[in-house]
Amino acid sequence: MKAAVITFPGSNCDRDLAMAFEKAGAEVLRVWHKDADLPKGIDIVGIPGGFSFGDYLRCGAIAAQSPIMRGVADFVHAGGYALGICNGFQVLTETGLLPGALMRNAGLKFVCKPVDLRVETADSAFTSGWSKGDTVRVPIAHHDGNYTIDAEGLARLQGEDRIAFTYVENPNGATADIAGVLSDNRRVLGMMPHPERAVEDALGGTDGSALFRALMSAMALA
Amino acid sequence: MKARVHVMLKDGVLDPQGEAVRHALGTLGFSGVEAVRQGKVIELDLTATDKAAAEAEVKAMCEKLLANTVIEKYTVEIA
Repeated sequence: MKAAVITFPGSNCDRDLAMAFEKAGAEVLRVWHKDADLPKGIDIVGIPGGFSFGDYLRCGAIAAQSPIMRGVADFVHAGGYALGICNGFQVLTETGLLPGALMRNAGLKFVCKPVDLRVETADSAFTSGWSKGDTVRVPIAHHDGNYTIDAEGLARLQGEDRIAFTYVENPNGATADIAGVLSDNRRVLGMMPHPERAVEDALGGTDGSALFRALMSAMALA
Repeated sequence: MKARVHVMLKDGVLDPQGEAVRHALGTLGFSGVEAVRQGKVIELDLTATDKAAAEAEVKAMCEKLLANTVIEKYTVEIA
């Protein structure tokens, strides 16, 4: 598997994400936000967490207009895989590659702690290493993780089995406890929790590894 | 020509910040506040001289960047 990881000014989980991909056995190419195109021959693009452009205007809004995001949109429309974590999820909603929006946490506080997630579908390259209903422990660290979508959009996500993860205990007011959603072709995942921060026992757990391993096996079959 | 854009959360979208402001006002003794909604004002200096064209352009800016129309609505004033 060949993965590209984008760095925006203010990204701070780009190295962690690159390391998580590498630990699963992927080759990782690092990409700068001003690059116009993604490297040729990649299987997946990772959009990392952080505070791109200082969260100015809205989280992810400025990054969504970066030159590289045009390349990401082309890649996704051609059937490429994308994983957006935390700020990366916000960027994907701002570009319209995933539905909904991430609003200020209902409690107004930055929340930084490990949380339990329920795997809501195993039907994706990201979640096939789990079974539906599994509980995994992964850290969250965000101020704007309150996933918001209208009733029609929510019904569509539910009807198409596109909710990837929900929180066991909702930490931010997210609609229907949603922590992560899939695109309609199931090849784009956006999630607020950080699986790339849960791949080392020394750093509190390895529940996130299954996501990167599942991607690895999916790409090997492709 | 100047443009002023007001960006507000859509009706029906819960505004946690506005709610916190309402609560704080209540704590200060301002008991008559039923609801608070918080938004943004963005001012733009434009080189355009045609009002209608300027308005159309600023609306395009709102759709593309200044507002997230999934959760926000906007109004444009040209002066």
